[in-house]
Amino acid sequence: MIYDQARYVENGQYEPLLSEKETTEVDVGGDDSPLPDDLTRDSVELPDLSEPELARHYTRLSQMNWSIDSGPYPLGSCTMKYNPKFTEAVAADPNGSVHPDRSDESIQGNLELLYGLQEYLAEIGGMDAVTLQPPAGAAGEFAGILVAKAYHEANGEDRNEVIIPASAHGTNFASAAMAGYDVVELPSAEDGRVDVEALEAAVGDDTAALMLTNPNTVGLFERDIEHIAETVHDAGGLLYYDGANLNALLGRARPGDMGFDIMHYNVHKTFATPHGGGGPGAGPVGVVDELAEYLPSPRVRERSSGSGYELFDPEQSVGKVHGFQGNWLVLVKAYAYIARLGDEGLLDASAKAVLNANYLGSQVEFDIPYGPYHHEFAATSGEKDAADVAKRMLDYGVHPPTTKWPEMVPEAMLTEPTEIESKKSLDDLAAAFNNAAADDEETLADAPTRTTARRIDQVSAARNPRLSWRALGDDE
Amino acid sequence: MTRERGSPYAPHADAEAAAMLDAIGVDDEEALFDIPEGVRFDGQFGIDSRSEQALRRELSALLAKNDDLTEFMGRGHYDHYVPSLVDNLSQRAEFLTSYTQYQPEITQGFLQALFEYQSMLVDLTGLPVANCSMYDSATALAEAARLADRVRQASGSVVLVPEFLRSGKRGVLDNYLAGTEMTVETYPMDDGNVDFEALSDRVDDETAMVYAENPTVRGTIEEHLGDIGTLASENDTLFCLGTDLVALALLEEPASVGADVVVGEAGVLGLPTAYGMGLGLFATREEYLRQVPGRLVGISEDADDKRAYTLTLQTREQHIRRERATSNICTNQAWVALRAAIHLAWLGPSGLVDLAEDCVRDATDLAERLDELVGLQAPVHDRHHFREFVVHTDQPAAAIAGDLETEGYAVHVVGEHLLQVCITDANAHEADALVAAFEEVL
Repeated sequence: MIYDQARYVENGQYEPLLSEKETTEVDVGGDDSPLPDDLTRDSVELPDLSEPELARHYTRLSQMNWSIDSGPYPLGSCTMKYNPKFTEAVAADPNGSVHPDRSDESIQGNLELLYGLQEYLAEIGGMDAVTLQPPAGAAGEFAGILVAKAYHEANGEDRNEVIIPASAHGTNFASAAMAGYDVVELPSAEDGRVDVEALEAAVGDDTAALMLTNPNTVGLFERDIEHIAETVHDAGGLLYYDGANLNALLGRARPGDMGFDIMHYNVHKTFATPHGGGGPGAGPVGVVDELAEYLPSPRVRERSSGSGYELFDPEQSVGKVHGFQGNWLVLVKAYAYIARLGDEGLLDASAKAVLNANYLGSQVEFDIPYGPYHHEFAATSGEKDAADVAKRMLDYGVHPPTTKWPEMVPEAMLTEPTEIESKKSLDDLAAAFNNAAADDEETLADAPTRTTARRIDQVSAARNPRLSWRALGDDE
Repeated sequence: MTRERGSPYAPHADAEAAAMLDAIGVDDEEALFDIPEGVRFDGQFGIDSRSEQALRRELSALLAKNDDLTEFMGRGHYDHYVPSLVDNLSQRAEFLTSYTQYQPEITQGFLQALFEYQSMLVDLTGLPVANCSMYDSATALAEAARLADRVRQASGSVVLVPEFLRSGKRGVLDNYLAGTEMTVETYPMDDGNVDFEALSDRVDDETAMVYAENPTVRGTIEEHLGDIGTLASENDTLFCLGTDLVALALLEEPASVGADVVVGEAGVLGLPTAYGMGLGLFATREEYLRQVPGRLVGISEDADDKRAYTLTLQTREQHIRRERATSNICTNQAWVALRAAIHLAWLGPSGLVDLAEDCVRDATDLAERLDELVGLQAPVHDRHHFREFVVHTDQPAAAIAGDLETEGYAVHVVGEHLLQVCITDANAHEADALVAAFEEVL
C-alpha cells in the first residue's frame, strides 16, 4: 500500500498557527468593567478567528493526524482497539452530565451505572472490590500502591521496597517512587520471564509489593505465577497486577485467581475507550476483600434498604487520587463496551487479539526472540535501527509499533495489532515490516517522505526548547 | 463476513481465522494460550451481550433516573456553554482515536493543536511554560507541590494552603506528597480571602510553597495577590496560584503578581459538567522547565527545514527516567485540552473577556436579589465575586437545599446556615426561576 498524508504548505511552512492567522489584543478593565482596575489584568491577547475559519483550521489539523480509524496502529502495550461509535452517543447523554456535588438521591442513574461497572470489572479481574476514581493507568498504579502501603501500615509493618521487573512499564517505577517506596529492579530470566531465583533472593521483610505485568511486556505468560505469588505472600508482601495487557486474558484467566491482591484496569486499552491523542483514560483499581477498606473514597454501593445506590467512604480509605470521581465520560464508554461484548464477546476479543499477534508474527521476517507470545510480540530489527524502520513503515500506510522498548530485546519493535485487524490488514502490516526491512539504509534514513512532516530533528527541539508561539522569533 | 458470535469489532470470518491458524501452524486459538492449568478461568462473568440499539435504550433509561435539576453549583467545578463546534471537531476520529504522538511526522495535527493549547495558556498566565495537560486541578496542584519539593533552595518543607480548600484537592495533595518530606499546613482566611497578615506570620524558612486561589473556592476575588507574590519571593518560597481558564481572562495576570506556578481547572471550557471530569492546567517559569511534570510539545524542524512539532524534553518522563521521573503521568487529558483550545479559540479574546465579566456581574446581581428575600443574606463575604457566592440562611441550610431540589434546583450546602450558589452563562437564563424557587421554599 502507498500512503500520502495531507500536507498544507503556506509561506514555506505547514498549516499556520492560530496566532499567525489572526490575533487581537483587547483591553481589560476601565470604566465598563465590573471590577476595580487593581483586581484586573490590563489586556488579553489571543487568536481571533471566525467559526468557519476555525472549522477549517481544525479539520486540516485532523487530516494531518493518524488514528485508528485511519489504519493499523499496532503500538505495543497500548492496545489500540477500534472505539465503537455508539459509546460516544451514550457518553454524550446530557442526563449523565451532572455536577459532582449533587446529592446521591438525585443522581441514581449515574450511581447505578458506576456500581454496575464496579461489578463488571470485579468479575472480569477476579477481584472483590473496585474503585473507579483513578483517571489513568498510572494513577491507578499510584492508588493501588497507596492501598498496599496503608495495609502494611495498619498491620504495624514498615516495608519500604517495591519489586519491579526490569521489563515493566516506566510508570510502575515512577508510581512506586511517588508513594515513597524504594524500587528494587528484578532482572529477567533467560526465557524472558521473571527470574524466580532472583525474586526469591529479593523478597523479604522490606517487601511491600511485587508489581507484575502478565502477560509481560514481550507477551509471555508468567508460567510460574503461582509460585511467584506464594513467594511474595510468604514474605508478607502483596502482589500487584499491571492491567496494561489484560486484553490477552479476557475470559481465560483472572488476576485474582492467579494470586494478585491489587490490580488496575486500563479501560482505554482493554475496554476500547478512545485514546484521544494521549488521554483521557481511566485506571480503576480492583482489590481482594482484605484490602477493600483502604480503597480511595468515595465508592458506590447498594443502599442497605436494598433500593438504590449511595456513595460511601471506605473505613480506612487512602483518600483521594482525583479531585472528584474520575473521568466519568470514559467510564460510561467502558461500561457500554463491556455490555456490548458480554461474556462471549470478551472471550472472543482475547482469542482474536492473540490470533492476530501470532499470525502477524508468523508473517514478519524479523526475528522474534521470545515466545510463545500472546497479544503482542517484540520483534528485533537486528542490524537495522528500529527507529529508522519505524519511520519507513509510515510511508507504507501503517503506524509502526512501539520501538526500542522493552530493552531486553535489542532494537525492539513491540507490536500489538489487537483483535480489530482483519487478515488483509495484517498482511498489509506484515508487508510494511518486510518492505522496510528490505529497503536500504539510505532509504530508511530518508524516511518518512509521505507523511505531513519529514523526519523531525528531536535533538534541536530539546536543546532549544520553544514551547509556545511566543518563543517563535520574528524570523519565523 | 457476518459473525453471529463473539466480538462485533473483530472482523474474522471463520474461513479467514482458519487460514490464519493454518499459517501459524496450530489447530485452534486455544493452542495459542500458554496459561498453566492451575490459573485458567473456565467460569462465566455472567455479562449478557446486548445489541447497540438495546444498549442505547437501556443506558438512556438508566441515566434518565437522575433527577432533572437545574444546577447552580460550582466550588471548583464549573459549567459554561460548550459550542457545537467543539463537539463536532473534537469528535473527528482522526483526533479522538489517535494516541500519544510517538511518531510526530504522522501526528502533526494533534501536536499543533496541543502546542496551540500550551501557547494560549502562556498568553493567559504570562508564564512561558505550560504543559499539555494534567488530569484535573487537584492533581495539578499536587504536582506543583512536588515540583516545589524538587526545586526548593532552602530547607523548608511546608506547603501552606488556605483554610478553605476543597477536600478533594487537599486529599490528592496529601497523597502526592506521601513519598516526600513535605507536609501540608493551612493558613487562615479573612472574610473569604487570604488573611494576609496571618499568612505573613506563617511564611518562614520552613515554607516551601504558598498556595492561594483566585477566585477562591467561595467565589471571592483575592485582593492581596501581589503581596503574596512579594512575600513568597522574599522568603525564597514558591508561590502557586490556583485559577481557571475563564477567570484568567479578567483577573490579575499570574506573572504580574509573581506566581511561580499556575495550576487550576482548564476544563471549565470545552467540557460539560461530566460528573467532575476535568483538565488540569499547569504553567510555570522557564527556570523550572526541566522539573515540569507531564508532556510538552515543542517546535523543531523537519528534513525539509519546515517548522514541525514534537513531544520534547522527554527525559523528564517516566518511560525514560522511571523512578526518577518528575511524575508518573503517562496517559493524560490531551483530548480535553483539544476541546478547551477549540472553545477558547471560538470565544476569541473579546468573547472570553465578556464571558468572564458576566461571571462577576451575574454573581453580583443574583446575590443582591437573594439578599432581598427575607431569611437570606448574600453575599456573606464583603468581597467581589466571580461566578459564585455564599448565602446565609436563617433556617437550616440543608432543609432549604432539600426543598429547592423538590422545586428542581441544586445548590451547595457549605455550613449549617450557609449555602453556596454559582451562576454562569449555562444557567443564567434560569436565575429568575431560582429566585422564585427560593421565595417558594423560604
